[in-house]
Amino acid sequence: MTVTESEKPVLLTMKGLRIEGRADDSWTGIVNGIDLELRKGEVLGLIGESGAGKSTVGLAAMGFTRDGCRIAGGEIRFDGIDLTAASEATKRHLRGARIAYVAQSAAASFNPAHKLIDQYCEAPVQHGMMGRAEAQADAVDLYRRMQLPDPDSIGFRYPHEVSGGQLQRAMTAMAMSCRPDLIIFDEPTTALDVTTQIEVLAAIRKIVEEFDTAAIYITHDLAVVAQMADRIKVLLKGDEVEEANTRTMLAAPKEDYTRSLWAVRSYARAEQPPVAGDAVPVVSVQNVTAGYGTLNVLENVGFDIHARRTVAVVGESGSGKSTAARVITGLLPPHQGRILFEGEVLPPDYRRRSRDQLRQAQMIYQMADTALNPKLRIREVIGRPAQMYLGLRGKRLEDRIRELLSLIELEPDDYIDRLPSELSGGQKQRIGIARALAAEPRFIICDEVTSALDQLVAEGILKLLDKLQSEFDLAYMFITHDLATVKAIADEVVVMKEGHVIEQGPKAAVFAPPHDPYTELLLSSVPEMDPDWLTDLLQARGEV
Amino acid sequence: MGVLTTIFWFLVAIAGCLAAGWLFRTGAIAITPAGVKRELRTAPLTASFGMLMILLYILVAIFAPLIAPFPERAVVGTEYMPWNSVHLLGTDNLGRDMLSRLIFGARNTVGIAFATTLLAFLIGSVFGMLAATVGGWLDQGLSRLVDVLMAIPALIFALLLLTIFGTSILTLILVIAVIDSTRVYRLARSVALNIVVMDYIEAAKLRGEGLWRLITREILPNALAPLVAEFGLRFCFVFLAISALSFLGLGLQPPLADWGSMVKENATLISFGDITPLLPAGAIALLTVSVNFVVDWQLHRASGLKE
Repeated sequence: MTVTESEKPVLLTMKGLRIEGRADDSWTGIVNGIDLELRKGEVLGLIGESGAGKSTVGLAAMGFTRDGCRIAGGEIRFDGIDLTAASEATKRHLRGARIAYVAQSAAASFNPAHKLIDQYCEAPVQHGMMGRAEAQADAVDLYRRMQLPDPDSIGFRYPHEVSGGQLQRAMTAMAMSCRPDLIIFDEPTTALDVTTQIEVLAAIRKIVEEFDTAAIYITHDLAVVAQMADRIKVLLKGDEVEEANTRTMLAAPKEDYTRSLWAVRSYARAEQPPVAGDAVPVVSVQNVTAGYGTLNVLENVGFDIHARRTVAVVGESGSGKSTAARVITGLLPPHQGRILFEGEVLPPDYRRRSRDQLRQAQMIYQMADTALNPKLRIREVIGRPAQMYLGLRGKRLEDRIRELLSLIELEPDDYIDRLPSELSGGQKQRIGIARALAAEPRFIICDEVTSALDQLVAEGILKLLDKLQSEFDLAYMFITHDLATVKAIADEVVVMKEGHVIEQGPKAAVFAPPHDPYTELLLSSVPEMDPDWLTDLLQARGEV
Repeated sequence: MGVLTTIFWFLVAIAGCLAAGWLFRTGAIAITPAGVKRELRTAPLTASFGMLMILLYILVAIFAPLIAPFPERAVVGTEYMPWNSVHLLGTDNLGRDMLSRLIFGARNTVGIAFATTLLAFLIGSVFGMLAATVGGWLDQGLSRLVDVLMAIPALIFALLLLTIFGTSILTLILVIAVIDSTRVYRLARSVALNIVVMDYIEAAKLRGEGLWRLITREILPNALAPLVAEFGLRFCFVFLAISALSFLGLGLQPPLADWGSMVKENATLISFGDITPLLPAGAIALLTVSVNFVVDWQLHRASGLKE
């Protein structure tokens, strides 16, 4: 199809597009001169780290800028209409009807007070394309094409009554309601589990092909964009790095930056020797059943974590991974079972644990933003555990804080007096690690520590954790839903589903066939960098 | 013509106020350190005027004995003397100097209102944050108690309590503080509830931090912005409540000068077209408006609105 592609008429062009945002009292560039061309029926992938300007470019394709931003130069031409000069009325006429937008979080983008189908009908009725009854019939048809369960009645539910993946598909159907020429997908699957992601990706790809719609697909996940896009454009800090046909780009990226993005997924830590048979595990979870009220979230869960080992606990959301962490830390006393720390039974409630028991098990959180008190300076954030558990004061405390900052590779003089808001996402996560280290623990729980970070930054964090582990003989429990991370960092893997441990053992054993069917499903759902991966997979699963 | 002249002088007065605000802001920016300077630059003219007025009230309250031409309680002339060169604002129903009492009134009314608000905030926010942090039965118990207290109209309740316990300054402060602390409790609790679910609070709990440190170091700094804004508003309400109680005869007792009771004592003059009794009321209104100007500015900043 690549041959005919270049002969189709051009739908969207951007020339030297510059967009600025207002910070304090001056304008700074967010997008610095981007050229873009999109033909009818073509899918362009925009990738880059956060702050690269991908979403800003995506919104600009609708002639829209966020509050506090302005188009400073260049032109945006959609089907012959200059969007930078077009009146609000003209743009309003285009939006929804000829250009549609699918946001990252469908849950936050749907109005919770109206039924799905009513929100579907809004655009076609508003633009005078269909009557209400006609639009409803059309909605059911599209819901069916999007492979939503029970398409005849699902539209009459409220947004909170359907799952995240279904909501994302309903949103794509809604974007399709006026049969637009162009859809902008802004990270539509980032918030979803791998298994759900597959369904949404397949549905989006099918419908875009069926209606020959052009699309801009924005994501930070290379493997995903490889499945969806005909061409890929890489952005970095508002500048274009390179653009090429998907296959060319994957096979032979030209720029160093692109290559570094490609290389992230190849990181893997050194194989660890097997644990001695008689070694006492640092943490041992034994037959734990726990939950809220009468509902059991965990059923008879058990696993061991040894010193200098990383145990990855994987599973979809709702599988009980985080609940297991809450039981270990003592936030949620289990109904049955017990937690052993170096062979000693821990009191189930953290309030009954001794200060030393609390010190030995530390936690690093997923969202560094909410894990650090925004009003405390780094000095106090890191210094407090050292002061509290180890009784350090004055000069010795100061030295220890500086030592910890050096350990997490942040310059002490620059960072010691900053507030969390003066740090980047990756730096905040490093402070979270330093706070855990300050207690000099034996065991650290890492709860999705990299899932909110860009891939390059996440890789840095994983390497740091790895280095610290061998330096301080730490045991890690690594909670994640990202199997790529598991492959990179884990020694042992515990696969969880609906509160049960499905499979556990050394990484090599769990990831080698034969698999449990659920592990197989999880493993095969991780997108690969091969553009044919999704097609092959769907064929193998018999869904096409 | 008469209407136009009034409008003209009204506009001149507003322009004068704004000019005073501008002068004050320019002056303040020139003499304050860098951090405060930055904040002051964001102040609108209304807020600058408000700050100027609050500053003036504070100065008057502190230096009252130096500024006032006559003592607070001395009878220095005949009753209801008109404005003249000795008694600039005339005398009151007992022949005491009106201007002097107005100046001393600032000290009493504003001082007591400030102390009451402070106490109300101390009680309300400590219990509110405690309820949010500990939760469970303590939260239930305190919240239902507050509900009961709030179910009774504040002014009626205050009148009732003051009648029972007598009308000394101390009881006045305590009664109004307790009644007002219920409102502060509700705010502090709801703000703290949003903070205690954060991961950093969980981290602090798992670290083994005690309740006191949790509240003072982890929760309070994050709850401060809405509480400070509320402080300004509450101060106005307390101020009005004290004046209202004084007007009804249950607030500050004579011979203490107080703006609310001064209106009451001299109210008969209004029938004769003399505006003197309205001056203390005007003083109350001006301070209330000024405080609200400053609070509006702070709320705007705390809410992070750009426009």
